[in-house]
Amino acid sequence: MATYEFIDHRYDVVVVGAGGSGLRAALGCAQAGLKTACITKVFPTRSHTVAAQGGISASLGNMGEDDWRWHMYDTVKGSDWLGDQDAIEYLCRNAPAAVYELEHWGVPFSRTEDGKIYQRAFGGMTKNYGEAPIQRTCAAADRTGHAMLHTMYGQSLANATEFFIEYFALDLIMDEGVCRGVTAWKLDDGTLHRFQAQMVILATGGYGRSYFSATSAHTCTGDGGGMALRAGLPLQDMEFVQFHPTGIYGSGCLITEGARGEGGYLTNSEGERFMERYAPTVKDLAPRDMVSRAMTMEIREGRGVGPKKDHIFLHLDHLDPKILHERLPGISESAKIFAGVDVTKAPIPVLPTVHYNMGGVPTNFYSEVVTKAGKNPDQVVPGLMAVGEAACVSVHGANRLGSNSLIDLVVFGRSAALRAADILKAGATQPELKPAMSDWHLDRLDRFRNANGGTPTAELRLEMQMAMQEDAAVYRTSTALASGVKRMQAVQAKRGDLKVTDRSMVWNSDLMETLELDNLIGQAVVTVVGAHNRTESRGAHAHEDFPDRDDKTWMKHTLTWFDDKTGKVKIDDRPVHNFTLSKDIDYIPPKARVY
Amino acid sequence: MVQLRLPKNSRVTGGKHHPAPAGSGKTKTFKIYRYDPDSGQNPRWDTYDVDPTQCGPMILDILIHIKSTVDPTLTFRRSCREGICGSCAMVIDGRNALACLQGHDDCKGDKISIGPLPHMPVVKDLVPDLTLFYAQYASIEPWLHTETPEPRTEWKQSPKDREKLDGLYECILCACCSTSCPSYWWNQEKYLGPAALLHAYRWIIDSRDEATGARLDELEDPFKLYRCHTIMNCAQVCPKGLNPAKAIAEIKIMLVDRVV
Repeated sequence: MATYEFIDHRYDVVVVGAGGSGLRAALGCAQAGLKTACITKVFPTRSHTVAAQGGISASLGNMGEDDWRWHMYDTVKGSDWLGDQDAIEYLCRNAPAAVYELEHWGVPFSRTEDGKIYQRAFGGMTKNYGEAPIQRTCAAADRTGHAMLHTMYGQSLANATEFFIEYFALDLIMDEGVCRGVTAWKLDDGTLHRFQAQMVILATGGYGRSYFSATSAHTCTGDGGGMALRAGLPLQDMEFVQFHPTGIYGSGCLITEGARGEGGYLTNSEGERFMERYAPTVKDLAPRDMVSRAMTMEIREGRGVGPKKDHIFLHLDHLDPKILHERLPGISESAKIFAGVDVTKAPIPVLPTVHYNMGGVPTNFYSEVVTKAGKNPDQVVPGLMAVGEAACVSVHGANRLGSNSLIDLVVFGRSAALRAADILKAGATQPELKPAMSDWHLDRLDRFRNANGGTPTAELRLEMQMAMQEDAAVYRTSTALASGVKRMQAVQAKRGDLKVTDRSMVWNSDLMETLELDNLIGQAVVTVVGAHNRTESRGAHAHEDFPDRDDKTWMKHTLTWFDDKTGKVKIDDRPVHNFTLSKDIDYIPPKARVY
Repeated sequence: MVQLRLPKNSRVTGGKHHPAPAGSGKTKTFKIYRYDPDSGQNPRWDTYDVDPTQCGPMILDILIHIKSTVDPTLTFRRSCREGICGSCAMVIDGRNALACLQGHDDCKGDKISIGPLPHMPVVKDLVPDLTLFYAQYASIEPWLHTETPEPRTEWKQSPKDREKLDGLYECILCACCSTSCPSYWWNQEKYLGPAALLHAYRWIIDSRDEATGARLDELEDPFKLYRCHTIMNCAQVCPKGLNPAKAIAEIKIMLVDRVV
């Protein structure tokens, strides 16, 4: 092996990732007087939060009466009762303050006539416990994520957050079950870095690119999840993968749910507004899992549109062009560029497209990573937190509601910072790191850097993406999932046969894509194994051989461990929290999920 | 006489030609700037013959196709592939653009050239060093400055005042504008460039911001602001259709207005 040397850094807190949750966590830690570093593989404003469109949910009540309890009820029901209700209460109660904080930082929210933050309707958001749709989603036109991320980056500059930009995180430094830091590779000069910290916060986002067609960016490779698996930690509820109903047919680019929130609707080949049949009360504003299933069903039954009858139309052409210009300018542009459609005149061809991972690194509502140790399902992993899409708190359970992810980012980014401030002492002495804790990080890097097998990275990536796309789709069957498990096992076994062409250390994107692929593969394997294991249908996991929700057997979180050497998966479970945080609201017991 | 040639180690040489695999349909040729800092060699132009029917419609699709099937060492930034993250800015067919929004059918000529953003140090291939660009952005203090105690809820802002931010806040910091500006090429260590100035105006004009005077004071400088000579390349190339030159003109007007 070539010799590699680490450049050492010591911080109180190291945040990995600079999207919405990472920036919020880093900012909070820095404000609390903790010496904080934020390392990120892309410049902060290029993180995928930037692509969020429709908005951020909070019961501000700017458009009529609202109540955080209604928001909580919707979130619990949206999660198909797999969400932890203590965490959901924390999310919904703290949401309004989090949005006001963003506004005070300068987010250019759209406005009502009286100058308040404009809110729009979104899927599954209702008033008075499911009565009718409500306008709860705070919006900056259809560029809310962009507006938030840029504002939060500005705020980080105001607070002199220390950034390490275009550093690719390699692995967690673990010391007998305690996280002591993280190693990273600096792309622009090829140097290697060892960041020691009292607390590492993973804010690395989802792993959407394990599928062939995803709204996710190329960089959404779930690097934190991959690192957690290699550190011997479990991931939770990975079988729950959200398909967004309206990805542009072909390119997969996102068209916000806010398009339907502003009055858009879906039609099949007969011109029928079919959502009226599937969700009579909320129609096109049903949660994403239900709309995606309805669309898939229409296509299957021969009512898809286009020459191959393989997609659906989203209509905005009946809306006032002024409203489109003011509230949906971004997607009007995307539809033009990626589908050649003028939305004022013609419908947009759309298809359910992989969008969000409900699963991730399990945490409590303080954002501390937990694992199951013996009988204790809530054993905190000292020194490690996870936030945002990388984490599974779990507030989204089996299906996330649109606009609940942006609020998740800031509420739990903040909770992580508050907890870190609470339990850490700034500048506290840290134990000496031993080489053995990170030697294997270098072995892995060197192995991939010199990989000289017969399978180029792009080829194996495509094989994984096709397996996931075909066998772990909107609807799943035992046969397809068994095939998916087999195909993904074959993919993971081929990691030993990878071929990397670029051997350099400076901006070696061939190597970076290979490390990312390795991160994706572990998570794809546990996703499909978890899906095969769960013999019920709940939220985004629609199992045709087991079409009903089975609360008796399956009201529990899946935990999966991945053995990096053998590719073997270990499965266990954790109970779903059937209690709330306070007496202000009672536990919401499961019932049939109809809209 | 002024030396106008590039320094010796920056002169671009001819590179490798990668023909399309046998049996390909009609091909297009892409001439791509390559530079490997580890090799000690000068940058070069490699050419690739690609059958465009084998990939998507955008230049980014071509680059990914080349990286996946022909040459995995080709290096470029990319992320969202839908024109919102600003990673894949480069000079395509002689014009700064985002590779993900630039259709290859819309490029003229039978040989389409692709290079890193002009007049920036090159790290590798199509990856420029944007450190200075980001530092200039930070220098305009891109956050809300207020002194009035914060309200319990939101600051109120009328739809009319909010509308003033349209055409400004949408900037994605891709650097297409600044690196297309001859003034910026010439004086980038002193002139802030169109992107940073557009952002400066975005905060100046925000009805919630209370530091207008201080922000204008900071900009009143022969170089930071007044190196804009309304060449307008910025507005020509902006992939989001913004007009930084107009924002700069508005700042100039405000500076004049406050003394007359």
